[in-house]
Amino acid sequence: MKTIQELEEIRKRTLETINLRKDQTGTRVVIGMATCGIAAGARPVLLAIMDEIKKHNLSDVIVAQTGCIGLCVYEPIVEVYKPGQEKVTYVKVNPSKAIRIVNEHIMKDKVVQEYTIGTETK
Amino acid sequence: MKELSLHILDVVQNSIAAGSTFISIGIIEDLKANLFSIEITDNGCGMDKDYAEQIKDPFITGRKSRKVGLGIPLLYAACKRCEGDLEIESKKGKGTRITAWLKHSHIDRAPLGNMADTIKILIVCNPEVDFLYNHKKNGKKFDFDTREIKRILGDVSINEIEVLSWIEEQVREGLKSLNGGADSL
Repeated sequence: MKTIQELEEIRKRTLETINLRKDQTGTRVVIGMATCGIAAGARPVLLAIMDEIKKHNLSDVIVAQTGCIGLCVYEPIVEVYKPGQEKVTYVKVNPSKAIRIVNEHIMKDKVVQEYTIGTETK
Repeated sequence: MKELSLHILDVVQNSIAAGSTFISIGIIEDLKANLFSIEITDNGCGMDKDYAEQIKDPFITGRKSRKVGLGIPLLYAACKRCEGDLEIESKKGKGTRITAWLKHSHIDRAPLGNMADTIKILIVCNPEVDFLYNHKKNGKKFDFDTREIKRILGDVSINEIEVLSWIEEQVREGLKSLNGGADSL
């Protein structure tokens, strides 16, 4: 069973690193979490993204949700906002696509063109 | 939806959109009465009575982008399919309570599914909102309260990855103990 002591230890460990990244402007990953997104599988996609962030220790990536953006047929939709760059919209994302997006786009700045909305709607 | 926990994730989004700062999720599994009930209570902006009565209809929605909203109607359909029902109580300016119940043993009742994932996602996307989750089953009880966790964490944010992993395990293990070591059904 997880204990409160463990939580205390996490707190102490995290406090030491927290100040280091206060003024970093990081990447924002936004995922559609309305009925359409959830029904299409947004939950496992978001969890896969979080697991990758944890695995690679990416401290400057923020995960957030949004509502329905009116493209339900393309859900799960993931938007990546990098500072100084144009927003990239990925459609019909699944956990394995999400892992590639984190590894290539978020970590190496290489947009995964084949999953973007531009490619999908051609 | 394939899991009741996905319905919960979805319906709680309404509470978040209503500007709630505190959302309570209560699940009671009463095997004697053959009942699976889900209660979601928030302190959001609420609705007036007429409107609250209408929102089971998919063509009544608060969203501005489109004329259809399926969150509540889908949960309502899931309840109806399983000899249950859904009730909405709301007071403008005070908050809303959604109570959904289903026949526990009904063949069409979706499993609860992964509540740990649902709770984790609610927290990561809404770190400023407080969540209380309690789950009762056969006289046993599991409670989870983000207010307690935030008190212990102090200056550390609740959506630090390590904290979230701790929360996920906490919920998973808590529910397992309700089910005598098995995952939720």
